[in-house]
Amino acid sequence: MNRFAELLDRLAYEPSRNNKLRLIIDYFRSTGDPERGWALAALTGSLSFPHAKAGLIRSLIAERTDPVLFELSYDYVGDLSETVALMWPTPTRSAESSEEDNLTLTRVIETLATLGKAQLPARLARWLDALDETGRWALIKLVTGGLRIGVSARLAKAAVAALGNKDVHDVEVIWPALVPPYRELFAWLEGRADKPVSGDPAPFRPPMLAHALDDADLATLSPADFMAEWKWDGIRIQAVAGNDGKDHSTLVVRLYSRTGEEISKSFPDLLEALHLPGAIDGELLIMRDRRVQSFNVLQQRLNRKTVTPKLLAEFPAHLRAYDLLADGAEDLRERPFVERRARLERFVTRLDDERIDLSPLIVFSSWDELIAARKNPAAGGAGADATAVEGVMLKARQALYLPGRPKGLWWKWKRDPFIIDAVLMYAQRGHGKRSSYYSDYTFGVWTKGEAGEELVPVGKAYFGFTDDELLQIDRFVRRNTIERFGPVREVVHEADRGLVLEVAFEGLQRSSRHKSGLAMRFPRINRLRWDKPPGQADRLETLLRHIEQDQLQGQIA
Amino acid sequence: MIRPEDILVPSPSGVCCKRGGFHIDPTRPVERAVITHAHSDHARAGHGAVLATQETLDLMRLRYGENFAGTTQAVAYGETLKLAGATITLHPAGHILGSAQVAVEADGLRVVASGDYKNAADPSVDPTCAPFELVRCELFITEATFALPVFRHGEPDAEIGKLLHSLALFPERAHLVGAYSIGKAQRLIALLRKARYDAPIYLHGAMEKITNYYVERGIALGELRLARGATKANLAGTITICPPSALNDLWTRRFPEPLAAFASGWMRVRARARQQGVALPLVISDHADWDGLTATIVATGASEIWVTHGQEDALIHWCASRGLKARPLDIIGYGDEEGEQDISSKESSGDVAADTSDDETS
Repeated sequence: MNRFAELLDRLAYEPSRNNKLRLIIDYFRSTGDPERGWALAALTGSLSFPHAKAGLIRSLIAERTDPVLFELSYDYVGDLSETVALMWPTPTRSAESSEEDNLTLTRVIETLATLGKAQLPARLARWLDALDETGRWALIKLVTGGLRIGVSARLAKAAVAALGNKDVHDVEVIWPALVPPYRELFAWLEGRADKPVSGDPAPFRPPMLAHALDDADLATLSPADFMAEWKWDGIRIQAVAGNDGKDHSTLVVRLYSRTGEEISKSFPDLLEALHLPGAIDGELLIMRDRRVQSFNVLQQRLNRKTVTPKLLAEFPAHLRAYDLLADGAEDLRERPFVERRARLERFVTRLDDERIDLSPLIVFSSWDELIAARKNPAAGGAGADATAVEGVMLKARQALYLPGRPKGLWWKWKRDPFIIDAVLMYAQRGHGKRSSYYSDYTFGVWTKGEAGEELVPVGKAYFGFTDDELLQIDRFVRRNTIERFGPVREVVHEADRGLVLEVAFEGLQRSSRHKSGLAMRFPRINRLRWDKPPGQADRLETLLRHIEQDQLQGQIA
Repeated sequence: MIRPEDILVPSPSGVCCKRGGFHIDPTRPVERAVITHAHSDHARAGHGAVLATQETLDLMRLRYGENFAGTTQAVAYGETLKLAGATITLHPAGHILGSAQVAVEADGLRVVASGDYKNAADPSVDPTCAPFELVRCELFITEATFALPVFRHGEPDAEIGKLLHSLALFPERAHLVGAYSIGKAQRLIALLRKARYDAPIYLHGAMEKITNYYVERGIALGELRLARGATKANLAGTITICPPSALNDLWTRRFPEPLAAFASGWMRVRARARQQGVALPLVISDHADWDGLTATIVATGASEIWVTHGQEDALIHWCASRGLKARPLDIIGYGDEEGEQDISSKESSGDVAADTSDDETS
């Protein structure tokens, strides 16, 4: 348990993805089975302990500490699990060894699997007695659910894959067939056994991804070699159905996110529609009256945890199909795109369900025609769905379906971002390599406030600039600080003094969390406008009008 | 019968002994001051006469220059000195080199002002100073820097182990360890040596003078180098000790992929470490933790407790629950050196180019 606790502790502070990876790999290398397998299960969120709740932890500490001292401590620390972990009274050790000495993660998990609810408090207390501060913190986090240490399931899988110099995709493919503590996975990665066979009737297949297209790339490509379709602004998913059971009579249906996370439970309406065995690569969208809704609408469904009939009626899920990876039991990934596309068209026809349709191809014979379609999707074939078009996808006719991001086969050509001029208001130091630089910027636009014209923050961006621009902004921030709040500096932002940032973003939506009432999607610094007086930056009204237009289009459509 | 208040009186600028005609750790200039230790919130320049251990006087001189006081008098641990109507004795406080508790006696009543202290049972947790000595008394004046039950400092050797493990795992990164310049920095180096870390340890320029003084006093710190003189490539996989305020400073740009560690009792609380961008918090403190404070209070046998700077509320509540008379002393100007140099508080500002050149002497 101690070694696992140390790992979590260190991961919680480490900002860099790459360094997190190294910490986890080091742990897997230096820890044996089954301990490391349970750790992998914990990191990938594959464990749950229904009886352990925050309330239980609270009552345990209440029995052991003075209430005034507890409140003063909780108030200072600010986090319940951490307060309990830190102030848990350490019992005086008896000379004889206890069965809880050298408590392992394995023992904790195996015990919890069989322990009744009534015995849990006493057992948990004995474990907390036996552990140190970090161990107690890790144990409480583990059993109450949600490690929240900034490690995704994918990162943990990438770390375990690295043990055997494998790609994360190789682990993701067989992941659904594996159960904790994953002995056969480690055995394979360490070269002691064959690759575990996925017996899963509806497995996730590592997705093929596209490269971003620069205008310059286009000149090197021949239009005859490519097919084009719209890039829809939803979430990319894989919808897989396969026969299971002794006589292959049961159809297992699953939806996966593009990282291989299973999301079936959130979309029961779509599962019903998938009644034929096969694997579709497509975009999840919300469809109302045969019109694709904007990403903002989809997000409202994604944000809900529980799926109610009302939610299903108001936000009907839809799958727009891009590609077919399997037809029945036949794997199509080794076939060229042009052939897969033909098979996809037939498959969607056979499904014959209004919740699943084809992503239409864009007809073009020259790049100029495609450029025109991208500029005006409504006229280019997307019609009233054009508000949900995020750009154009180019796919080589002969491209096989290859995992990862192979060069030169698939290109994504996003529509031009929205651009505004905003004023730098606050700057915060970055993390890791950027910890001595002010690299996170909060920017605002003008609006009429109680005391006249004022800037209201509309977003935060921490990339998009070059290294040289970072130095320039950093210098500006240090020379123009008017107030400091810990790691944050407020910089001068007046009509005639301050720095104007050209900010690019992908979309806007209303948000009650922000004072400005809106939230930006994917904002980044496009350019520094040293030439522009802050007084001439954009106004909040302009942004709000943009949201209204977006919604209006959705309604008319 | 004499009461503790007849010997010592609290005032906003420190504790005053009228019978003996002196103040203890006053925060404004006074005629005669007894100084417990050399940290700047306790040891200020400008007093008429200063009584302290030789080490404290030396450290004050290094910090403030030759004329930091009108006259000075060195007092050895255990030596008793008569000052007008009272006698004083200095006893080791275990906080830093030269740190002392001040025992004041008059008419058979003894009061002890502890200054800052750490009461480690095992003297090897701090090879740089004399271990804390318990003095029984009627009135005990205690610090309260870490006076919440969440603060338990644990074994410093285990924290040093974390640092060395990180160094092994990330041999291409420079490990910067923030530590207060007087005491903590040298103790860290000594603990690293105790853990058999024999490579040269690099120092921020602000550490140089004080660290040299420790070496002169016979504390073995192994091979030390200034970070200033090293090339970036040579600093990969090394340990550099610097003031906490330098951790996120422009100064760090001379290091390859710097990793920020910070040695302080405050690192026990995650939010505090995270706020400061620390990637490797090391819980190593020169103050007593909660268990240390409460155990010491009990062991002194004192029936009355005065609590100075820190989390007084919790400690006073605890004393009350034990039937001990306790009160807070609101002395203005005491901070704690472990928090005073929070990373964000003293950052140098100004031109990037100028800052990166060399600002170590600031």
